[in-house]
Amino acid sequence: MSFLELKNLNARVGPLPILRDVSLQVAPGEVRALVGESGAGKSMIGKAILGTLPDAIRITGGEILLEGEDLQAMSPKDRRRMIGAKVALIPQDPLTALNPARRVGPQICNRLVDILGWRRREAEARVIELLHEVHIPAPERVMRAYPHELSGGMRQRILIASAFAAEPQLIIADEPTTALDVTVQKQILRLIRDMQARHGTALLFVTHDLGVVSKLCQSMTVLFGGKVLEDTSVDQFFSAPDHAYSAALLAATPKYTDPGGSLMPVPEATIHAVEAEIAAHDLAHQTETVRQ
Amino acid sequence: MTLIRIILKRLLSMSITLIGVAVIVFFIIRIVPGNPIAMMLPPGAGEEDIARLKALYGFDKTLPEQFLIWVRGILGGDFGTSITSRQPVMSLVLGRLPATLELSIMALVMAVMIGGALALIGTRQRGGKAEALIDVTNGVSLSVPDFLWGLLFILLFGVLWPVFHISGRVSPALDLPFVTNFYLFESLLRLRFDIWLDLVSHMFMPALALAIPLAAIIAQLLKQSLKETMHLDYVTLARTKGYSENHVILREALPNAILPTLTLVGVQFTFLIGGTVIIERLFSYEGLGNMAIDAVINRDLPLIQGIVILFAVIFTTVNLLVDLTYALLNPRLRHG
Ligand SMILES: Nc1ncnc2c1ncn2[C@@H]1O[C@H](COP(=O)(O)OP(=O)(O)OP(=O)(O)O)[C@@H](O)[C@H]1O
Ligand SMILES: [Mg+2]
Repeated sequence: MSFLELKNLNARVGPLPILRDVSLQVAPGEVRALVGESGAGKSMIGKAILGTLPDAIRITGGEILLEGEDLQAMSPKDRRRMIGAKVALIPQDPLTALNPARRVGPQICNRLVDILGWRRREAEARVIELLHEVHIPAPERVMRAYPHELSGGMRQRILIASAFAAEPQLIIADEPTTALDVTVQKQILRLIRDMQARHGTALLFVTHDLGVVSKLCQSMTVLFGGKVLEDTSVDQFFSAPDHAYSAALLAATPKYTDPGGSLMPVPEATIHAVEAEIAAHDLAHQTETVRQ
Repeated sequence: MTLIRIILKRLLSMSITLIGVAVIVFFIIRIVPGNPIAMMLPPGAGEEDIARLKALYGFDKTLPEQFLIWVRGILGGDFGTSITSRQPVMSLVLGRLPATLELSIMALVMAVMIGGALALIGTRQRGGKAEALIDVTNGVSLSVPDFLWGLLFILLFGVLWPVFHISGRVSPALDLPFVTNFYLFESLLRLRFDIWLDLVSHMFMPALALAIPLAAIIAQLLKQSLKETMHLDYVTLARTKGYSENHVILREALPNAILPTLTLVGVQFTFLIGGTVIIERLFSYEGLGNMAIDAVINRDLPLIQGIVILFAVIFTTVNLLVDLTYALLNPRLRHG
């Protein structure tokens, strides 16, 4: 059984659809890429799972199942606890993801103590171990530092350690390297891959970068305009993409084996075709709701 | 390191401010028409009497000479003698200071509690009816000045529905066993809760009148910065860790959102102390402000000077304390 399953998830801001019947699954230990151009709704999927959607965006249909349990049917408290224990986030921008007013150590440890009921000393020992794992020199000193005393790369390592601290079953990484220097990007990607392999955590990896997808992921979901266009294995995608948009995406990436190489524009004709497909989908949806 | 630098810098600017205040107050009250000697004399006093009194208070000397004598006195701890009561200005002013300090601090505590609570509730219920209600209340509170609140309270809770005392600092019938003039504080220390309650019942309305405008400012600014902070990545990240909304607001957002409010409260607190002058008059509360108005009416120049200098010392000290707290709370400054 898959650990995470989205079933026909719909979300809107006002009347405007943001997610259109999104379905996807992540099995335990699976590394799945979520790709699509800017504004496709990749981050919104992550936020819907984590329960951190902006106030303006409402879920209008569908289910989010974690180990078969529907998150939306739970009480807010149960849901929070379940997410806190089983799912973690590696955020996009390490410079803004740590609280500037608090020392680094407690920011990693406290969740273990407050939410999972560990003893403070056990939690600190565990975090020091993890900081070693993410190659942070002198972890005891770093734990006493304030975020502004550390570099962006250091902070992202700390956030990675923090994400793995509670041994979650799923980690959502939303473009975890785009805010970093190119040289640091490669180190962080390698670190995420190593940590994922060592801990066997499932990973939902949000990215634009097909080169990264080919190196890191097993399966992928292609998103456009809040709609899933293709859900496939990475091998399948790179050898014989199913959807015309996927093919165009692939063709537009000249050297997909080169991580960091950015997307070339997808031909306009393809975009128009996809937009027409989405319009048809919306229309079908509307007729269906009217009929009911 | 930084702290010491801040203190030194502040002490320097404090002394400059105080010198400036001394010069301005000394000369301004001598330009304004009105003669202290004339007010002391019985009708029909002769030229000679006037000259004798003038000499007694040093008003026969030139202004610069008078100023120098006054400043030399201050440096020796002598602020001169009140013309109306013939007592040393220093002891008069220090005798009244505790009453005003207790009133101002009581008002500040009320403002912080009311304003802070409204900001937190508004943030917790953002987008809901409670927040809309809080916004309306803030708007109203901000547009009514403190003395109007005072008048309103006197009408409501002094006359229409008399639950509080409307005049004085303490009931005259009470026998006060105190050695300091910090009645509110000392009554607690001596466990005289009967006196404490009587004091609070006198102080409640003037303090609340002073507190409401500041409470509204605190509520508005703190809610605004909390709202902005609530969208930041580290707050979202704390949510995904399983923390409750209350924890997220209080532990993650509040410590970062509070700094601008703190600075503003410091500035506004000095305005609040300024407001005590009228409020004390309104409630016949025996503090510095009330004494200041009497001194002005009687043209008691040495007393006016003393009170103004003391207010200036209070204002600059409050500013110093705000700066220090800010530096202590902000880790960037603390390590910078
Ligand atoms: N706070 C918000 N209120 C209303 N609409 C929003 C809000 N945040 C995002 N959106 C809209 O939701 C859609 C999906 O946004 P999302 O952030 O998921 O895109 P994305 O695929 O993550 O893009 P990127 O690669 O740029 O991060 C976009 O059309 C965006 O305009
Ligand atoms: Mg995004």
